[in-house]
Amino acid sequence: MNLAQEVGLVAGKDLRIERRARVTLQQILPFGAIVLLLFAFALDPDRGVLQRVAPGLFWVAVLLALLLAVGRAFTIETENNARDGLRLSGLDPAAIFLGKAAAIGLQLVLLEALLAVGVVLLFDVSLSSIGPLVLATVAATVGLAATGTLYGVLAVGLRMRETLVPVLLLPVVSPVLLGATRAWEAAIDGVPSDAWPWVGVLSVFAVLAVGAGMLAFGPLLEEA
Amino acid sequence: MTLLKPAVRRALGWAALGALVVLAMFGLWGAPPDEVQGDAQRLMYLHVPAAWVAYLAFGVTAVCSALWLWPRTRSMVWDRIAGASAELGVLFTALTLLLGSLWGRPVWGVWWAWDARLVTTAVLLFLYLGYLALRRVPAAPEAKAKRCAIAALIAFVDVPIVHFSVTWWRTLHQEATVFDPELKANIHGVMAFTLWWGVLAFTLLFVYLLDRRYRLEALEEDLDERELEQAIAERVAGAGTPGPAADKEEVPVG
Amino acid sequence: MTDVGYVVAGWSITAAVLAGYWWWLRRRTRHAERLDRDT
Repeated sequence: MNLAQEVGLVAGKDLRIERRARVTLQQILPFGAIVLLLFAFALDPDRGVLQRVAPGLFWVAVLLALLLAVGRAFTIETENNARDGLRLSGLDPAAIFLGKAAAIGLQLVLLEALLAVGVVLLFDVSLSSIGPLVLATVAATVGLAATGTLYGVLAVGLRMRETLVPVLLLPVVSPVLLGATRAWEAAIDGVPSDAWPWVGVLSVFAVLAVGAGMLAFGPLLEEA
Repeated sequence: MTLLKPAVRRALGWAALGALVVLAMFGLWGAPPDEVQGDAQRLMYLHVPAAWVAYLAFGVTAVCSALWLWPRTRSMVWDRIAGASAELGVLFTALTLLLGSLWGRPVWGVWWAWDARLVTTAVLLFLYLGYLALRRVPAAPEAKAKRCAIAALIAFVDVPIVHFSVTWWRTLHQEATVFDPELKANIHGVMAFTLWWGVLAFTLLFVYLLDRRYRLEALEEDLDERELEQAIAERVAGAGTPGPAADKEEVPVG
Repeated sequence: MTDVGYVVAGWSITAAVLAGYWWWLRRRTRHAERLDRDT
């Protein structure tokens, strides 16, 4: 099996488990929507505040949902000695990493689509300049999914995993939050061409995250 | 059990203390107040050295983490130094932020500003607080060392990315002129000397504390191992058959 | 608070924190050494 096939195998496994368990659908998506709702409660919906800060709120909601998605992605590996199964399977660890990251990424994309609709409807935002918007989102999602998968495997098997991953992951992905929010702001409200430099930053982060993950996933899985 | 010979460490400790006393004399009395910032400038004689030591400490952590990960140089010594240095780094980063805040209030009028340097330093603090949390998770030494080394290197690579992104973000908002941290350019004479002396004094202190912290790390590691062996021995003696390995963190849920 | 107040606060907190950390290290090390001897 070549790398692409192995990646597809692992991603397919994760997505199939998700299709049966429906955790993303029934828990993570609603969580994202609830976060948006909470922001509306916390901020004043009547003075255009929500509209102005909508990109930031969107990406904060995505970040928080990422924590749940990563936790879930590795919880399924702690049941039934699945970790040992992965290690003994003979699959290239880089492929396992890419597969799991891809599955997380796809779930994030689904969430982002839902939240984008939410932001348009609830916060009265109009999504113009789709080009930079979509590219920024793709780059950000790749970076988030890759970094999340890396820290997920780092903490897998540790008792304090649920509280450890957030405190490790969030500072590291802060540039993604920054870049994605600025890109969205530029695309929606400002000068759309201003978004492209941020897309660049997000892309660099994504490449580094994927590279680091491919290198480190194997050694970390061994210790899990 | 230590990096330095005891006599050397003790001498270093006294040298650091002496240097700090001299720093205080110059910083609080010998150096004149600044033309623009007044006496508040005296906080810079602590803030800048603290920031320097923080970055030095995290650099040490990164280098030692890499040395541990590289198979040919792998040794638990590097892991212990990395951990000890990170703790000092967090301590001095917190100090840097505090002193910066105390300086900012009289000079800028605010306790905090969202400029690139401050934000990056804050993110730095959180990155390594996470690292310290990871270090405290009970685990077999090799596994812990591997996890922490990778986490440290990721954090280290992330810092320039954060700094770049935030710098760019803030320059777009053009608030840099109001909160201009460029005070070093105006420093000369006694003030420059005091600043550099501060860097020297803090560096001596850092090396001294690093050695002490290293020793503590080595001792506690030794103790943990000893306790573990005892526990296993008791288990074997009591039950007659060996129980599950005491270092597995999570029992798989069937 | 005058400027001097901030300076005094900064220097004394720094001194307290560094001395406190040093003292904490010493205490923990002595404790570990004692346990080390006893086991």
